[in-house]
Amino acid sequence: MSVSQGVKCDHCGLPVPAGLVEPEAEHQFCCNGCKMVFEAIRGCGLDRYYAIKDDLDDTSVQGRTTGKQYEEFDDGAFADLYVRPAGENLHSIELYLESVHCAACVWLIERLGQVVKGVIQTRLDYGRSLARIVWDPEVVKLSTIARTLDSLGYPCHPYRGVKTRDVRRREDRSHLIRIGIAGACAMNVMVIAFGFYDPNSQDMDPVLWHAFRWASLGLTLLSLLWPGRVFYVGALASWRTRMMHMDVPVALALTLGMVWNALNTVRGVGDVYFESLSAVIFLLLIGRWIQHKQQRAAHDAVELLCSLTPVSARKVDPDTGDVQNVPVEALQSGDRVEVRSGDSIPVDGVVVEGASDLDAGILTGESRPVPIGANDLVHAGTVNLSRRLVVEVHATGEATRIGRLMQLVEQSAKDRPPVVRLADRIAHWFVIAVVFLAALTFGGWVFVSMEEAVDHAVTLLIVTCPCALGLATPLAVIASVGRAAQRGILIKGGSVVEQLARSGLLLLDKTGTLTAGRMELVHWYGDDAAKALLLAAEREVSHPIAAAVVRSLEESHSAPAEAMSVDVSQHLGGGLTGQVAGSPFCIGSPKFVQQQGCAISDEHQRAVEDVLGRALTPVLIARNGAACAVAGFGDPVRDDAPAIIARLQREGWQVRIISGDHPQVVHAVGAQLGLNEIDCMGALAPEDKLHIVQEAVRGAAHPVVMVGDGANDAAALAAADVGVAVHGGAEASLAAADVFFTTEGLDRIEQLIDGSRATMGVIRGNLGVSLGYNLVAGTLAIAGVINPLLAAVLMPISSLTVVTLSYRSRTFGA
Amino acid sequence: LTVPALYIVFPLALVIAAVAVIAYIWATRSGQFDDLDTPGMRMLHDEDDGPSGKSGN
Repeated sequence: MSVSQGVKCDHCGLPVPAGLVEPEAEHQFCCNGCKMVFEAIRGCGLDRYYAIKDDLDDTSVQGRTTGKQYEEFDDGAFADLYVRPAGENLHSIELYLESVHCAACVWLIERLGQVVKGVIQTRLDYGRSLARIVWDPEVVKLSTIARTLDSLGYPCHPYRGVKTRDVRRREDRSHLIRIGIAGACAMNVMVIAFGFYDPNSQDMDPVLWHAFRWASLGLTLLSLLWPGRVFYVGALASWRTRMMHMDVPVALALTLGMVWNALNTVRGVGDVYFESLSAVIFLLLIGRWIQHKQQRAAHDAVELLCSLTPVSARKVDPDTGDVQNVPVEALQSGDRVEVRSGDSIPVDGVVVEGASDLDAGILTGESRPVPIGANDLVHAGTVNLSRRLVVEVHATGEATRIGRLMQLVEQSAKDRPPVVRLADRIAHWFVIAVVFLAALTFGGWVFVSMEEAVDHAVTLLIVTCPCALGLATPLAVIASVGRAAQRGILIKGGSVVEQLARSGLLLLDKTGTLTAGRMELVHWYGDDAAKALLLAAEREVSHPIAAAVVRSLEESHSAPAEAMSVDVSQHLGGGLTGQVAGSPFCIGSPKFVQQQGCAISDEHQRAVEDVLGRALTPVLIARNGAACAVAGFGDPVRDDAPAIIARLQREGWQVRIISGDHPQVVHAVGAQLGLNEIDCMGALAPEDKLHIVQEAVRGAAHPVVMVGDGANDAAALAAADVGVAVHGGAEASLAAADVFFTTEGLDRIEQLIDGSRATMGVIRGNLGVSLGYNLVAGTLAIAGVINPLLAAVLMPISSLTVVTLSYRSRTFGA
Repeated sequence: LTVPALYIVFPLALVIAAVAVIAYIWATRSGQFDDLDTPGMRMLHDEDDGPSGKSGN
């Protein structure tokens, strides 16, 4: 389709296709959706939106209206779930809006009250596209508000994570408060400490001298007991699990330092160095906050995606036969729901009316559609592909097969052993070494004097305080995770990076991971005239294979699709017969074509066998009673897959395919990727996949990585050391995975592994710097060359080095 | 000597710091740090200047 260069859409700013340019019209649009949104915005008198947008020079694609009715938003069950009271006779709800992308959107959405009477307030959280709407239910219905948002180009969905979000918000706030208090204490103690840095500080007014020391003591104690408590909680937990981590040396150094300084303050002799204690607390809390934020961002993104799943079902009234949109939660066993073609089935149940084809890939991983008819069992989450169905509800929500699968996911995530991180392993030995050395230092110097012994031992503890050690990993990881996110790789936990840095076992799902996950024309035997006939005929019918034929022919077939007039009738069992230009034709499976009395020559018979040998679905085209072409349909392997698999194998990864698809198909894919037949397993149920992953994780010293997309992979993703969900995956797999990709392509796996290796290099560098620093300063402390004050001044230098190294590093190709 | 001034200034400094910390805690608890992106954009828009609006700001 040609696009005229000059004309830009007045709504979204994209070029307008030449065919749609209307020379007389005042405004030009690239599509009807933009036109509708433009008119809605103008109609509401909100055209200043465009002025703001121009100022921002924003050219990203705008939302489109969906034209949904949102009836289910008015249902009682919906209200129970999502609507909350907001003061006198008012209600509030949080909606997740699609296609919020710039400051102009904030402006537009927050002016909703001017457009819809009864909307009291709208506040948008831009970062997460969540709008909180307060409205008066007496004046306006929620569905009206939702329809208005939709017409402005922001299709909306109820936000499902309100409860967890509230918990997290409280968590976030207390975290911030802790940082604030620790910071205030540290800064004030630091200012006071400047007074003592003067070599003549002993000549200070004695009242002030004591007051300063007591004030420092008070502030540090406050910082230690309130924000610093988290380290003791962490240290206690680590003590109980007998696994030392960073909190143990921190808690130890803080306690010893505190006790010693408090004694000096009370006795009124010796030096104090509260500033370093309070600075340690402050800096380490910041390190934790960074780590926390980084994990939170990916979790948030997943939750928002989960809000996109349909919440409504079309319930059929048993008496009148009327269809009404209701929330899935309002359905009960025995109800009947209508499922239109293209919709996913909302419940587990039995088909009572209609016959269609079902994409059960979400549960089985099988890419071929399954025909279903009356009395067949259907499961929630599967997609109805071709014709309308009426389903009698047997189970909803958690009682469905997919619901039970999700419980399995949660369980396997819980059972997964915790990752022992490099920094924690080091901390384990570090604690032992430092405590041992401190005891040795004390023991050595006690022969000189008690005073010196304590002084040097405490200096050692202060100077080796694992501040930089504690920051080394989180900083390197956050820097990488941020850059990975820009490249469409969302990483939920920092431990993923450490796990992926070593080669291990890579388990790949087939459908949607190694393949595109949809039917395409892969093989063709015959002339182009037959192709044109096939295209024209399949356009006339609705069947999943027909849709695949049309799509892939339109993409590849360059001949003009002239209006070839065909007369088609569809037969049960997936065959077509008809007339074209006076001559009869027939299209379908070899069996169907034979039944229609068409002759299949040896040549075409061989072509059919060839197609079957490649695990493709053969379709024969016959004209005038004789076969003239053979097409092979299947789910093709991604172009980049063989090269990437080969590279990973060279680097020591063991690659296997585990799929729910037919073993023959899996073997065919494996052969194309150069994998041995024993490494390609097919016909696996979700439970089998989980079992395979658990076995692998239990036995192996190397990481087990699972890559998948469907809900059938979710449990396995959760059980693997690292679960990776690829683009377009079911939301269940997103929630279970540690990493997910927001863009398509297998090369993301390559980037993820490369990036992880680079990040691990930075982490090692950081740990090396901080340990090396500790070694030098520790030696000086043991030798009695530096005093606690100098140690406190030196301490932040290693932290600064680590910060610089982390942010200057180039991981994830940035 | 200037020392006695510190007798007043030092406690005063601590009190001011305490006030700042309390203000910070209040701000955090009332949710002012929950969303750090949107308010920055909101302030770019002039307060309501009528439905028809003037262009440019």
